[in-house]
Amino acid sequence: MWDYSEKVKEHFYNPRNAGATEGANATGDVGSLSCGDALRLTLKVDPESEVILDAGFQTFGCGSAIASSSALTEIIKGMTVDEALNVSNQDIADYLDGLPPEKMHCSVMGREALQAAVADYRGEEWSDDHEEGALICKCFAVDAVMIADTIRANSLRTVEEVINYTKAGGGCSSCHEGIEEILASVLEEQGEVYDPAATAAPAPQPAAGGLTTLQRIRRIETAIESIRPQLQMDKGDVELVDVSDDTVYVNMTGACSGCQMAAMTLNGIQQRIVEELGQFIKVSPASEQQKKAAMGG
Amino acid sequence: MQPIYLDNNATTRVDPKVVEAMLPYFSEQFGNPSSIHSFGDKVGRAIKQARRQIQTLLGAEYDSEIIFTSCGTESDSTAILSALRTQPERKEIITTVVEHTAVLTLCEYLEKDGYKVHYLKVDNKGRLDLEQYQALLSERVAIVSVMWANNETGTLFPVEQMAEMAHASGILFHTDAVQAVGKLPVDLKSSKIDMLSLSGHKLHAPKGIGVLYLRRGVRYRPLLRGGHQERGRRAGTESSASIVALGKAAELAMEHMEYENTFVAAMRDRLEEGILNAIPHCFVTGDTENRLPNTCNIAFEYIEGEAILMLLNKQGIAASSGSACTSGSLEPSHVMRAMELPYTAAHGSTRFSLSRYNTMEEVERVIGAVPAIVAQLRQLSPYWGDNGPVAEPEKAFAPTYA
Ligand SMILES: Cc1ncc(COP(=O)(O)O)c(C=O)c1O
Repeated sequence: MWDYSEKVKEHFYNPRNAGATEGANATGDVGSLSCGDALRLTLKVDPESEVILDAGFQTFGCGSAIASSSALTEIIKGMTVDEALNVSNQDIADYLDGLPPEKMHCSVMGREALQAAVADYRGEEWSDDHEEGALICKCFAVDAVMIADTIRANSLRTVEEVINYTKAGGGCSSCHEGIEEILASVLEEQGEVYDPAATAAPAPQPAAGGLTTLQRIRRIETAIESIRPQLQMDKGDVELVDVSDDTVYVNMTGACSGCQMAAMTLNGIQQRIVEELGQFIKVSPASEQQKKAAMGG
Repeated sequence: MQPIYLDNNATTRVDPKVVEAMLPYFSEQFGNPSSIHSFGDKVGRAIKQARRQIQTLLGAEYDSEIIFTSCGTESDSTAILSALRTQPERKEIITTVVEHTAVLTLCEYLEKDGYKVHYLKVDNKGRLDLEQYQALLSERVAIVSVMWANNETGTLFPVEQMAEMAHASGILFHTDAVQAVGKLPVDLKSSKIDMLSLSGHKLHAPKGIGVLYLRRGVRYRPLLRGGHQERGRRAGTESSASIVALGKAAELAMEHMEYENTFVAAMRDRLEEGILNAIPHCFVTGDTENRLPNTCNIAFEYIEGEAILMLLNKQGIAASSGSACTSGSLEPSHVMRAMELPYTAAHGSTRFSLSRYNTMEEVERVIGAVPAIVAQLRQLSPYWGDNGPVAEPEKAFAPTYA
């Protein structure tokens, strides 16, 4: 079974605003029958104030599709149409305390239903540019279509380049075979042959500008500082020990060291640092680094 | 509330007698069967006995035709790859569109290496067209690999007849019998089947143990080379406790064969009838005339399988589904699609698979629980009106980006 948050389950078992809205003056139908997720969103909008007075959903889909639909209607009720359009799929996922990567598309579907319903209300034509491929990278929820498009648009040739441009494959690396297959087929379209030994072009500069090692460490420190007060409240603490290319080594002290929550806490720290850096990096206890050194790397 | 396990095609509970039989092989009898001393000797004899127990279950002529592997998937890969290695001039494979991924994914991979794979189609009851099959048999084909029983619908294929046909054309025949062995009587010595895969965890033995049956005289190349275990046909120290367990499970399967085909079948039939009577707009998928005794697969129209499973699970009932979501893929089960079920039904297909551990009381409880679950989800469905599906459902709700 999927790793659903309690909030997702709760909204699935007890969906809010299920059914067609009475007196609705906007409808958005989106989804894909082949994928097994489709949603009709109906809204009752006050023409004067443009406030969404009521919202209802009818969903053919899995647990998280129903929960995302329910969450969406709760979020947008009482908003003006313009405010509602600012709701992102991440907002829906956050409202539900997160969705598994395979299920993020359910929140995307919610947002698109909203756009379609608003377009309907305004008498506009809504067209989506949505094309979904098979999920390749589960760490960062990147699908095959997105990878292929990025390869084409940027003439990518290696797995490393794909990681740099899409993040896909930058985590656990289990999907590298899948990425190589996409590379091979896109290159073949262009009459080229995929060469696994090719060297990657230098990484593109991230939007915020490339980080020097020092800047990286500063950001890692900032992330760790932001988490420490929480740990100290639980009589624990964490300190930064070392940073390598792909790993941040930390020491857990006080109540945190050896406590059962240590692994969970490490995950939380990792998430904060990944957010701060905008790229994947692993967080390990410093003892792991010593072990590695003892074994000669 | 006691949970009810109706997902025995996914995996089964290890029979307590099997657990009892295997436990000593973790502790007192931990020896390596290849060793000369007494620690190894007793283990070697226990493995020999297990081999005979499986020989009996399969009706194999010789016990040396039984090769222990790590799982059904390994047996499938070993069989197909061996046939390709021993006949390098033959570059074609015949299989079906509804095989387990253990065979399909390997075949797709082999296609990249230049092999031609013929996928036999099925009709809307999941049945094969033997004329189409006959027409494909040629000296270019290295192996036919066809499952005995389908894991999703329980539909049986006429593998004994198909093996005869392959033989008449001089072609090797392999069957993935992972779902059939233990549920149906098998007598390999009176058939032309050359290779057969089975998996322990589908017949109340542990996970991680399987068998490849290899008919004596069939040319063979191992997948794993190394030590002389399994007469050099599958290297690697024997998983002795699991082998002993599988032997015991085979013996128990023989004892329960009649029960499986009478009482378990009767529970399955009652479940099916009870659900079909209580719920409109649902139907059984697959070939109900030729089916495993323990399996029923029902498509509930206009709702989605993962949602059904979650609500069943909330009431302690375990089943499985062919919806896209439950497999984490973008399409509903390839088996449902191959039978050309409409998407609105394929995503709602739900498999109930029973075992000798289930009871009629459990079946009645499930019959009592399912209607409300289906009704609750239909209430949310855009295809469902106040009192049944909306008129022309696929037109009334036609979302963008299909
Ligand atoms: C028909 C079929 N073949 C092969 C397998 C794979 O068996 P194992 O899990 O032992 O590798 C299964 C199990 O799901 C199956 O149902």
